[in-house]
Amino acid sequence: MDIDLITNILYAMVRTGTPLLIVALGEMVCEKSGVLNLGQEGMMLMGAVIGFIATLTTGSLLLGFILAILSGVIMSMLFAGIALGLNANQVATGLALTIFGTGLSAFIGADFVGQPIDGLNPYAIPLLSEIPLIGKMLFAQDLIVYLSFGLFAVIYWFFKSSRAGLTVKAVGENPHAANVIGLPVMRTRYLAVAFGGAMAGLAGGYLSLAYTPLWTENMTAGRGWIALALVVFATWRAERIILGAYLFGLASILNLVAQGLGYPVSPNILAMMPYAATVMVLVMLSSNVVKSKMHTPMWLGKPFHPGG
Amino acid sequence: MKHSIKHLIASVAVGLGIASAPFAQAEEPLKVGFVYVGPIGDHGWSYQHDQGRLSIEKHFGDKVETTYVESVPEGADAERVIRNLAKAGNDLIFTTSFGYMNPTIKVAKQFPKVKFEHATGYKTSKNAGNYLSKTFEGRYVAGFVAAKKTKTNKIGYIASFPIPEVIRDINTVQLALNKYNPEAEMKIVWVNSWFDPGKEADAANVMMDQGVDVILQHTDSPAAMQAAERRGQFAVGQASDMSSFGPNAHLMSVVDEWGPLYIKRVQQVMDGTWKPESYWGGMAEGDIVVPEFNNVSDEIAAEGKQIIADITSGKFFPFTGPIKNQKGEVMVAAGERMPIKDLLGINWYVEGVQGDIPK
Repeated sequence: MDIDLITNILYAMVRTGTPLLIVALGEMVCEKSGVLNLGQEGMMLMGAVIGFIATLTTGSLLLGFILAILSGVIMSMLFAGIALGLNANQVATGLALTIFGTGLSAFIGADFVGQPIDGLNPYAIPLLSEIPLIGKMLFAQDLIVYLSFGLFAVIYWFFKSSRAGLTVKAVGENPHAANVIGLPVMRTRYLAVAFGGAMAGLAGGYLSLAYTPLWTENMTAGRGWIALALVVFATWRAERIILGAYLFGLASILNLVAQGLGYPVSPNILAMMPYAATVMVLVMLSSNVVKSKMHTPMWLGKPFHPGG
Repeated sequence: MKHSIKHLIASVAVGLGIASAPFAQAEEPLKVGFVYVGPIGDHGWSYQHDQGRLSIEKHFGDKVETTYVESVPEGADAERVIRNLAKAGNDLIFTTSFGYMNPTIKVAKQFPKVKFEHATGYKTSKNAGNYLSKTFEGRYVAGFVAAKKTKTNKIGYIASFPIPEVIRDINTVQLALNKYNPEAEMKIVWVNSWFDPGKEADAANVMMDQGVDVILQHTDSPAAMQAAERRGQFAVGQASDMSSFGPNAHLMSVVDEWGPLYIKRVQQVMDGTWKPESYWGGMAEGDIVVPEFNNVSDEIAAEGKQIIADITSGKFFPFTGPIKNQKGEVMVAAGERMPIKDLLGINWYVEGVQGDIPK
């Protein structure tokens, strides 16, 4: 392996991991507040299709991304209205949201299949992107990847050192106690769900506007589900989510690279690697059960009645 | 849009296992059902089958009523979907992916009056036939164009699953490389999916990182074409015409035209002349089409057209001996054409292909 190849692998690792990272960070915030939204795939697809249509018709990538985020938020509010407002079962509502989003996005996007757009191109930061090995990985990406770095930092800081982060955690740990001490439980949950929706919409937009700038039905191909699993295996910690997302990206790319180089390993085993490696590493990291439990939102998925 | 809604409702009815009420018409329309492995919006394999379905509607008008169920996973789910279509009163059901073979045969036994047509398999029964298009004929032309076009002598091939159809097409490309550019090396990357735009683009990018300058694919999305366009390299489209995704990258597409065959089958069922058969159509039957060559020199385009003409007329057959396997053993003697039966179940690579078939 020469240095160029490794540089390219690291670059592709970040690109492949980015949609997972964005969705998983959003879902983590949502789950930290005690709400389990399984509608990631549906929200991503809606973000992808709306963002794509907006960019195709107006030519503006910015508008595409804004509308992608907005459609994620609207979808998530649909979920929040049913799961939080009407106290419906969160798992069932989330699943319904995925099915709904998958179908609706296919319906809306039917006339836009097969239409090409230019898409968001990478922007290499001068000098920095020429650093050997890691320069291309960190500084020759597109703007959404840079944004995802920033989002990671903000969310890490949010739960590590901010008061608002504590509020979200308290609401997810024990909404009754949080309610008693006067924290706005429902408002916090709505905001957390909306943030999760925004991130899923952004990730969907990233797929249809930057990663593979095209719209086809079901183009997320299960990435929303992988992100959901990632949140659990990363025990609701941002630093492990970024590790897991990139690890998954790395293993996915290595699978393809090894085949291209003709290594005599069964492609079936290689195809399993992203899942196996990510789960193994994250499980090993969380082997301390007591410590892991500290980060698990204890009220996850259970409804809360403000009055009762 | 009205059209889509009608099908949406029809699909829901099928999903619930409810037979839709017959319309008040003088003559009952022939009901034709379709099962697709991908979304009809994949702009590839399933899209082309749906174009075939639409051509039935256009051709027969009120005399047919079509329904489809898309994105049906290969496996247990497929059997349920096929059975529901049969229960819903369809007279003819097309199941359009390799993995539907056993479920189709199984359901066919339970519904002896319904006719079944399964794509890309090899089993038949009293009321189930199969059909396949000789994609390898188009793929041979793709191999020729790739052999002539590559400057780095590295061709990339994005493969889905190691089934005979895919193995056969890899072999055909290699045969073309052996003939037109023996120096060229083909890298094969299995993505274990028919449809995952992200992964297909990743595979294309990884291979371009490794020096590949022409990408071929046996997966269904145009993502690889687009990746090649972005990096100034070249690609061949699969199943439908993908030129719009790579104005500067598109060399040609191997397009499946299912319409003529589907119209023929529906007519046969209407006339009562339908028989279960193993049908394999290619360029001669109009089932495989290479609409145009782009981004190649006039000489290459002319030679490509000549190859197409020779395949169409039967003068040339890609699997003509001598053909050796990877060990160098002669599998097809010089001058002989490989029998259809052997081609259908092919599970070995021809000489020149690197690596082993995944087990």
